[in-house]
Amino acid sequence: MFGLDKKDSTLLLIVAVLTMFAPFILNPFPEGSAMAQFNAGYPDLMQRFVIFGIFAIGFNILFGLTGYLSFGHAAFLGVGSYAAVWMFKLLSMNIIPAIILAVVVSGLFALLIGFISLRRSGIYFSILTLAFAQMMFALAYSVLTPITNGETGLQLSLNDPRIFGQSATADGSIPVTSLFGLEMRHTVQWDLGAWLFQFNVGYYFCAIIMLIAFFISIRIFRSPFGLMLRAVKSNQQRVNYTGLNARPYTLAAFVISGMYAGLAGGLLASMDPLAGAERMQWTASGEVVLMTILGGAGTLIGPVLGAGFIKYFENIFSKINDNVLHGWFSFLPDGLEDAIVFLLHPFIGKGWHLTLGILFMLVVIFLPGGLVEGGQRIAKLFRKDKAKNTAKSTTEPAE
Amino acid sequence: MSILEVKGVNKRFGGLQALGDVNLSVKENTVHAIIGPNGAGKSTLLNCLVGKLMPDTGSVMFDGQSVLGRTPYQINQMGISRVFQTPEIFGDLSVIENMMIPCFAKRDGVFRLHAFSSVGSEKDLTEKAEQMLIDVNMIEKRHMHAASMSRGDKRRLEMAMCLVQEPRLLLLDEPTAGMARADTNNTIDLLKEIKEKRDITMAIIEHDMHVVFSLADRITVLAQGTPLVEDAPENIKGNPKVREAYLGESA
Repeated sequence: MFGLDKKDSTLLLIVAVLTMFAPFILNPFPEGSAMAQFNAGYPDLMQRFVIFGIFAIGFNILFGLTGYLSFGHAAFLGVGSYAAVWMFKLLSMNIIPAIILAVVVSGLFALLIGFISLRRSGIYFSILTLAFAQMMFALAYSVLTPITNGETGLQLSLNDPRIFGQSATADGSIPVTSLFGLEMRHTVQWDLGAWLFQFNVGYYFCAIIMLIAFFISIRIFRSPFGLMLRAVKSNQQRVNYTGLNARPYTLAAFVISGMYAGLAGGLLASMDPLAGAERMQWTASGEVVLMTILGGAGTLIGPVLGAGFIKYFENIFSKINDNVLHGWFSFLPDGLEDAIVFLLHPFIGKGWHLTLGILFMLVVIFLPGGLVEGGQRIAKLFRKDKAKNTAKSTTEPAE
Repeated sequence: MSILEVKGVNKRFGGLQALGDVNLSVKENTVHAIIGPNGAGKSTLLNCLVGKLMPDTGSVMFDGQSVLGRTPYQINQMGISRVFQTPEIFGDLSVIENMMIPCFAKRDGVFRLHAFSSVGSEKDLTEKAEQMLIDVNMIEKRHMHAASMSRGDKRRLEMAMCLVQEPRLLLLDEPTAGMARADTNNTIDLLKEIKEKRDITMAIIEHDMHVVFSLADRITVLAQGTPLVEDAPENIKGNPKVREAYLGESA
């Protein structure tokens, strides 16, 4: 299918089905039940899943294939967001030009930063990208306030020109982002018994973009270009002595992954038209590294899983507080209940970072290949069991 | 006709004269061995040929063109391939993928953004790579992880990767260093076969005299950075100068 072999087509199909039915899959618990707070099937969070999935897929093209660990990728995401919001301010509320500009501008930034940073490899490359990202953060936060609106962040206002749109709607409010009139915030709700399913236009738009991004990444992984990138990761000396110049290959990978980040930034701004400097901070760059490694660097599906995993924790786990815990353990005797809540307290609410950190360490130590390796091990276990069973059934009659 | 001409090459590392006025001429379709005791400057000379080091003075001409000031990948594209002392292969990739990379480099040059075709659809190149693997008796290992192979197999793969590019000059840096006797003999047989079957010039740096005398058409002896003698193998064996350089015997 689309020039992919059978295995990759299956993977793409599975991802397509999962994203299209995400409003159901992520909402397994009925409204009002105790478990309802674990539901992730609301538009805002689902959009984040796929947008950060795109970000991580792009990051994986650089880190997973070439092994160059960029520690400043959030800068491109931020640049994409700013570019998109400016498009909304100046041109129109249509998201297509905004996203195109976001990708182009972040691609240009990536070209410049990559050209300089890729003169070094290993830790020096990481430090250079980090330095660039921090410079861009500082610029956005204070120096370039006329462009970025400093610490407040860039927002839409009623005075924006919007040449091909309207500055304000008929009722005097700021217009909303749309795809040729189809509003991104539009949500169809479906009450099915105790369940409430929400189908959001913005989510489906992002999901389709993510599927395209995922498809392109599969093609890159299987292409001669992808093979060269893996060769660069494996042995740069041999690449050189095989008549290949590693620099343009790594630069191309850097620019492509920068454009993915810009696309993610543009989509973030398209869903919620504001852009702030905190999107470019080094913690945001670190987050995408975590996503990729947690999911499985160098694997196709890993980064998407990692992004979903971390965003789920950030949004769901952080909402659990002591009251919720007391509710869960209320069946226990008072003293024991308090003790358990006391023990769990550092790991919930604002302490979700701690839980995530512990999980990350466990994954890196016991599953160096990330969640994907975990999945493969489980699959292997099942296969072994099956093989054992068939072996038994064939040997037993011989007795 | 000589394919490689080294003239008056000097290379100094601080106070150490690593190469002093080296002249060397490698004739086309011959095997030229460069031997010498430790520290004679063999590896320095080789590094000057492939663009890793820049000689202080002198010229290195390959097929009428200077190689000095060019990068290793440019020199490779001119037709010089190098086999390293410890096999340099792509350990994370499979054997067939290792073979595909030089095939692409040969066809597409130093850089080509081939991001949207698939490696599997390159039938011609795959065939070429597989044919090469058949020639070196490695076809049944083509899906193996390259890093998990024995040292002898890695060496064999590295040679195949160099040969599939059809280089005009193959440089071998101690191809049998650290190998067991059986592996050494296999490598000698492989090199002999390559020499017979292909139009290829080889320059080989080697410690093992057994290897040198079974392969070389011509031998240059380096000592303390200068060529001592250059002659046919049978004349080298009895040369008193060589014995002195190697064994410290007075002639």
